[in-house]
Amino acid sequence: MRKLSFLNKTILYALLVAGSVFCLFPILWMLRTSIIEMGELFQNPPKLLPSHWYMDNFKQALSAYPFGRFFMNSAIITGGAVAGVLLTSSICAYSFSRMEWPGRDKVFGFILTGLMIPFFVVMIPQFVFWKSLHLTDTFVPLIAPAWFGGGVFNIFLLRQFFMSIPRELDEAAKVDGCSHFRIYWQIILPIGKQALIVVGLLTFLTNWNDYLGPLAFITSEKNYTLMQGLTLFQGSYTAQWNLMMAATSVIVIPSLLVFLIAQRYFIEGIAMTGIKG
Amino acid sequence: MKTEWTIPRTLSRHKSANVRKKRPKDLVYGLLFASPVLLGYLIFVIIPIFVTIFLSFTKYNVGKPPEFIGLDNYKNLFSGADPFFYPAVKATVYYVGVSVPLGIILSFFAAILLNQNIRGRTIFRSIFYLPVIIPLAASSMVWLWLLQPDFGIVNYALQTLHLPTSKWLGETASVIPTLILFSFWTLGNTIVIFLAGLQGIPSHLYEAIEIDGGNSFHKLIYVTIPMSSPIIFFNTVIAFINGFQTFVQPAVMTQGGPSNASLLYVLYLFNEGFKFSRMGSASSISVLLFLVVIVFTVVLFAFSKSLVYYEGQGSKK
Repeated sequence: MRKLSFLNKTILYALLVAGSVFCLFPILWMLRTSIIEMGELFQNPPKLLPSHWYMDNFKQALSAYPFGRFFMNSAIITGGAVAGVLLTSSICAYSFSRMEWPGRDKVFGFILTGLMIPFFVVMIPQFVFWKSLHLTDTFVPLIAPAWFGGGVFNIFLLRQFFMSIPRELDEAAKVDGCSHFRIYWQIILPIGKQALIVVGLLTFLTNWNDYLGPLAFITSEKNYTLMQGLTLFQGSYTAQWNLMMAATSVIVIPSLLVFLIAQRYFIEGIAMTGIKG
Repeated sequence: MKTEWTIPRTLSRHKSANVRKKRPKDLVYGLLFASPVLLGYLIFVIIPIFVTIFLSFTKYNVGKPPEFIGLDNYKNLFSGADPFFYPAVKATVYYVGVSVPLGIILSFFAAILLNQNIRGRTIFRSIFYLPVIIPLAASSMVWLWLLQPDFGIVNYALQTLHLPTSKWLGETASVIPTLILFSFWTLGNTIVIFLAGLQGIPSHLYEAIEIDGGNSFHKLIYVTIPMSSPIIFFNTVIAFINGFQTFVQPAVMTQGGPSNASLLYVLYLFNEGFKFSRMGSASSISVLLFLVVIVFTVVLFAFSKSLVYYEGQGSKK
């Protein structure tokens, strides 16, 4: 690619830095507020950094509600969903990419329409369905869908990847008498590891960050997820922004860590969704 | 660090040379392997859609069996007997109508910036994407704090610069513009999709413009925008469909207020179903949302053949 002129480069950097400030500042301000003492909270002019790190906010915020429990609830739901998605979306993607059956692509095209259907359209019948099974206010409604293919988006992503694996591999295995399940388990899955990581990470975030699902299906406080716990907090600590930001930080940090560790996969994963051309 | 997806090139080349034969005997196993998603689609999507349509003609609040009332729910909505319907539609059209076009322009522009050959672009890309991974419920809280009318840092900064301040989420006139501003914070996904598209534009097209003596503006107008048009279109439709489903931000930050100015459609739908447990009426609200989304989906799918390209398929493109 051609080198940019000095002026263009300066403007470019200025715009990128401005954009970065817009993206980063709220997160930094959250972290900053979470370690500030109540007395300094409304100080005018505000100090950029607190005079000392007041870590007590975290202790106070986390003991105000059973955050440990909320954390466990979120972890169980997220873990259950990630396991389900990895297993079922990959086996479905195998069928739609490595197996030949009449109508395969038509059926897949039909299922793809599911990408467009808002959860809000099916939310009420789903609630009625789980209610009739007496499973509302449990984690089942939040985990079960992940065990049924785990969302078309994930299957789409894996299918894209599986299709790029040379067919000679499983054809040779088939000649050797391998069953489809063995080909899937011992050949395709190991090769598709990278794509599975992407799916796992995206599923982690979707479920960890989910607000609407728990709000619709979970009612009693002992089953609340972290996101619900946060709003609970908001209701009663309206002016204590330092405590609120401490609680928020605790909720954000797992997502932040996952991203920092695996950022390459995220951006590639989004870019991989088939809009390359 | 590479941003290009690393499907080994040699592998995909092998693939297209491969001759495919029909193997109908795989039908049973094919369906068996696909059964999780087939069942899931049936249980969690297809059947619920029909149930929603059915419930929309009933009076239903879970405790008692649904009572058929014909078109009454719809009449209630359209006649204005339900005081929230038109405010919700108005707020949503305002929010979506402004945030989507502006968001597309901004993210396209950002993608072009992030596609330049400069030092540290991987870091910039990560920074622009970062807000997407923050739980929306959490970032809504953070923005609530930033935008506090009295003690928020944003108003403080504006004051110091002698610029007018705002009540942001606290006033009917400014609440939707504030939510729109917040929506720009999470454009990372759209930016990355644009970026992937920009990387697919062959560089000889730009070289041709250079040979003809064109400048960057010509490149943008004659190459970048036309070559990205399918993705621009794709992102726009997806953004509209997602925009209609904006829930967490108003639910956490404003609860639809002040005076229903930010009562976005799906928040209204949620309240109707879960807060007031009027499931029948909520179903009719869902059906209307569904119709709107169908229109957008049909448009998208009509164009999708030229948009989506499967790498391994060895197709014409």
